[in-house]
Amino acid sequence: MSQSSSKPVQAIDFSTKTHYLTKVFQSPFHVRQEPLNHLQEWGRWADYLSPHAYTCSAMEYFACRNACTVFDLTPMSKYHVSGKDALPFLNRLVTRDVSKIKTGRVGYTVWCADDGQVIDDGTIFHLGEDDYRLCSQERHLDWLLTNTLGFDVRVSEETHAVAALALQGPTSCATLRKMGLDGVGDMKLFDIRHFPFADTQLMVSRTGFTGDLGYELWIDPAHAVELWDRLFEAGALLGIQAMGDVALQMLRVEAGFIQARHEFMPAHTTVRTGHTRSPFELGLGWLVDFGKPVFNGRRALLAQQQHGHRYNLVKLDIDGNKPARDSYVFGLNKKKIGTVTSATWSPSAKASIALATLEVPHGAPGEELLVEIFYQKELKWNRVMARARVVTEVFYDPPRKRLTPPADF
Amino acid sequence: MTNVKDQTVIIGAGHNGLVCAAYLARAGKSVTVLEASGQVGGAAITREFAPGFKVSAAAHLLYMLDARVRKELALDSAGLSLAQQDIKTTALALDGNHLQIAGDTLQGANVSDKDRLAMREYRRFMNRFAGIINRLNNRIPPRIGTRDHGDWAGLAKLALNVRMLGKQDMREFLRIAGINIYDVLQENFDDPLLKGALCMDGVLGTNLGPRSNNSVFCALHRFSGLQGLGIPKGGMGAVSDALAVAARQHGAVIRLAAPVARILLDGARVAGVELEGGEQIAAHTVISSADPATTFLGLLGARNLEAGFARKVQNIRMRGNAAKLHLALDGAPEFKGLNQDQLGNRLLIAPDMGYVDHAFNHSKYGEYSVRPVAEITIPSLHDDSLAPPGKHVLSAVVQYAPYQLKTGWSDHKTAFTDLVIDTLAAYAPRIRSQVLHRELLTPVDIESEFRIKGGHWHHGELALDQFLMLRPVPHAAQYASPVDGLFLCGAGSHPGGGVMGSAGRNAAHAVLGKKAEDQQP
Repeated sequence: MSQSSSKPVQAIDFSTKTHYLTKVFQSPFHVRQEPLNHLQEWGRWADYLSPHAYTCSAMEYFACRNACTVFDLTPMSKYHVSGKDALPFLNRLVTRDVSKIKTGRVGYTVWCADDGQVIDDGTIFHLGEDDYRLCSQERHLDWLLTNTLGFDVRVSEETHAVAALALQGPTSCATLRKMGLDGVGDMKLFDIRHFPFADTQLMVSRTGFTGDLGYELWIDPAHAVELWDRLFEAGALLGIQAMGDVALQMLRVEAGFIQARHEFMPAHTTVRTGHTRSPFELGLGWLVDFGKPVFNGRRALLAQQQHGHRYNLVKLDIDGNKPARDSYVFGLNKKKIGTVTSATWSPSAKASIALATLEVPHGAPGEELLVEIFYQKELKWNRVMARARVVTEVFYDPPRKRLTPPADF
Repeated sequence: MTNVKDQTVIIGAGHNGLVCAAYLARAGKSVTVLEASGQVGGAAITREFAPGFKVSAAAHLLYMLDARVRKELALDSAGLSLAQQDIKTTALALDGNHLQIAGDTLQGANVSDKDRLAMREYRRFMNRFAGIINRLNNRIPPRIGTRDHGDWAGLAKLALNVRMLGKQDMREFLRIAGINIYDVLQENFDDPLLKGALCMDGVLGTNLGPRSNNSVFCALHRFSGLQGLGIPKGGMGAVSDALAVAARQHGAVIRLAAPVARILLDGARVAGVELEGGEQIAAHTVISSADPATTFLGLLGARNLEAGFARKVQNIRMRGNAAKLHLALDGAPEFKGLNQDQLGNRLLIAPDMGYVDHAFNHSKYGEYSVRPVAEITIPSLHDDSLAPPGKHVLSAVVQYAPYQLKTGWSDHKTAFTDLVIDTLAAYAPRIRSQVLHRELLTPVDIESEFRIKGGHWHHGELALDQFLMLRPVPHAAQYASPVDGLFLCGAGSHPGGGVMGSAGRNAAHAVLGKKAEDQQP
């Protein structure tokens, strides 16, 4: 049996932290975020303060679709996976074939518990030989360490050791060029590249959560403020704005991206049976590779493939302009068949859009449904049963997202 | 070789491996049993530990052998016979005023009439409750949470069996099944020596003290064979030899000195095994009688399992706390106050429950008992083939001797052996001068000699949370494992160890896709 070894959480210098007073960390970018956050509206993302919106979420949304925005990704869980068995370890952990993610590339994936229910989705960064970073919204160190049994692999949490920003929007590439990142324009979607920055390295990946042209920037927290400053200096004439979570929610629904605690409950923090989802039930069957002889959830998912799953996750195009937040979905016969998981008015698609979970067999493309929307007008509640259609295309999918090299704007 | 599709490999020729082999061979399967050591039997063997002195190396009393196995495999005509059956128990007292227990009859000491009556009632309800477990032993555990009719019927039958105890006994069964034997004995009896002896039923071979929960369950499991204590002629190895004869008669091939290094996979299913020498043996079905940790984490490898399952296997409680002492004696030992007849009894050093509990306390903190408890037999009194004329062998289960001794066993085995012999000498003062050879097997020795991870007799603690559909872990409790074509048949599976053969028999039925309980003898 091969050796199993794992390194515990990386040593953090807590002497500068005040989290024990506030129960929450401040991001290394906080000194720059705080003056911009006029309303002082903060939310919590895991251990960190994360801004809801700086001044006006609508302005931030439009900045992202028309210029570029900076979103602080530092709170995202980041795990370093390395060692001889890093690849087999990841291949047993997640449902997709990780060997297809080449060095210098990023892959989207999902991972399950033994019962085939989704623990989380996230991205795998193939940094070098036997060297990976796994990123996700939720924390998973315990599960990852559990997974090391039988593997010669080191897993360590580097959430606090890596500061990260998402720079997204049509002028994002131009901003990075202006900042002096030579060759950044050659990067294809899901590419990773390193650039010298001060006396360290800036890692750039062409990834994002907005469905637009964009990049994610990864750096030693000691250089976080410097990165922020240089970005804003370079992007000053390119419309750069700081962006919070409210705008991001609109953007990611337009892009059709799912999110933990919206479209699914992470299996390990779900108490009630039946409240979790399998990859098939999230439209992620394409990420499940049964060609692999073993991965967590394989047997359960094979059975589910054979006997059928319970839900379909769909995109809805809804009549009217009222966001269908938390709505029930009905068939045309008024029978309840599902719920909306995320909804927004899409300024770019000029439509009321939503992601929804429907009971099987509902969810065929083009299926006509009803969505029950409650909304308030000057304290008076109204209810409409809005017509909706199941659509397959992403609500907003600009060609610039994939174009290489990207245009300046 | 014939078609791989028909090949079945069984890892380990322990008694359960042999039982499984015999049943499968009888059903027409082409079965090869691969045994690491040079003789069949696993931990159910007789071996020479000193020139001319033979002893049952691990289990030394036969009391749970599955009656169906014995009959269906015609073990009696395959050479199994008992040198002595229904052996009585003598609870040793330092002052020589011993207590003899035969069924529900008590003799000696100064036991009150109240205790004599209580003993009858105790044996009545314990046997009745053990009957419930007996009925579970011979079946493949039902699964929970399925819609399978067989599973539901199995669960319903279990519920019905409990209900059929009647209101009063059912209440008592449900009350005591999960609690500790200390409290139950305290409620029923007065005599300390009697309670000390009876509490041993709940803790022998386990990692439990009399005050540990599940100790009543262990006692019930021990009684669930519903038979008396026997000493097989030729030692415990004779049981395995008879099983090997039966297996070979049905066509099974047994290869000795063929240690399996790993289980081979072809994609998601087994493809065979590889021996330590590098030889590969292709098989469509591989059945392991090794313990679940050895099977899954050792031979198969955790990386070939889903992580949640591997974690459950890793968390099975399976650390042994019992040592085995073998003494070659220059003549029959002389215990104070014990006549020649009584010397052949099962002798217990467990003068009271507090003594046993103190002995257990040490083991909780990684130390061996300073005043250990022991279950002693002198099998050569019943079977003269075990020792040269005039000489004898003494076989004792000694507790507590934790697998993870804080100081490690290598430098402390001699001291513990001396301590155990001193303990015996308190009852049989001349014994020190009679010892010609001695051998002590700690759980670490048991682990290496019998390849049982943790050195636990039962390949995993017997407890309500590691029994039936939870043994060894869910998704492997019906003998089939999460890996297609890989089955378990050892003591780590339901219903556990103790030279029963039920796990092997049930596993064979699972492999054949039959219900075990339908095969009435």
